[in-house]
Amino acid sequence: MTELKAEPGRLTVLLEGELDHHRMRDIRETVDQAVHEQLPGVLVLDFRRVTFMDSSGIGLIMGRWHLLEEYGGVLEIHNPAPQIRKVLRLSGADRLAVIRSYAACGTGKEQAHEIAQ
Amino acid sequence: MRSLNELRCSFPARSENEQFARTAVCAFAAQLDPTVEELADLRTAVSEAVTNAVVHGYRSVPDGVISVTVRLLPDSVIYVRIADKGCGIADIGQAMQPLWSGAPGEERAGLGFTVMQSFTDSLQVSSRPGTGTTVTMRKRIHHADGSTG
Repeated sequence: MTELKAEPGRLTVLLEGELDHHRMRDIRETVDQAVHEQLPGVLVLDFRRVTFMDSSGIGLIMGRWHLLEEYGGVLEIHNPAPQIRKVLRLSGADRLAVIRSYAACGTGKEQAHEIAQ
Repeated sequence: MRSLNELRCSFPARSENEQFARTAVCAFAAQLDPTVEELADLRTAVSEAVTNAVVHGYRSVPDGVISVTVRLLPDSVIYVRIADKGCGIADIGQAMQPLWSGAPGEERAGLGFTVMQSFTDSLQVSSRPGTGTTVTMRKRIHHADGSTG
């Protein structure tokens, strides 16, 4: 299941499992419907629960980037695992979106840092 | 080249089978004791090849059959062949260019061959329009424990 969290000006999509071509249509429809309803200033694609992604995920990111650009929204990619980061780098999608990782330290205090490219 | 072990399977070109295919290849390749990163690279490359067969080879018509052969070769080399009998590729050079997609309306990134090339040691593509496409990839496993080859 793809979970959505709406806050003022911000929509977070908590993706999970293996992101491939098979699952992309459902995910795209879920995300696009919420984006069209809310027009969030920031769309966060959170990959913390994603265990695999191939270039189908790049299609998702590039498509959402275009969608947000139409009205001036910003795309952020959070918590990609190393394999996913590798696919992001290869595709250049890491230049379309801000990529952040939040250390899971369990203190409730999350620390953000930009991933070194 | 002498094959030390081999897996062959074929399945209908349904998108549900993309996950099955990459999982099956990686489960077999695990005999060579690859690192997490090597296995992730292989999983991603196989996923791209199978997705290409589903989306482009058979144009999302699930009647076609995709055949996968995995061989463990000497020196800890994994050989994977993914073949379809779909529509084939008229211009392989164009299809292999980064960001070029044969299905531009479907939000495909056009990076399938780029990923296969980057995440394996060698990639061969042979194709003929109307006959089908065969993708062959080889990947050397560097962290094998030596017991299999």
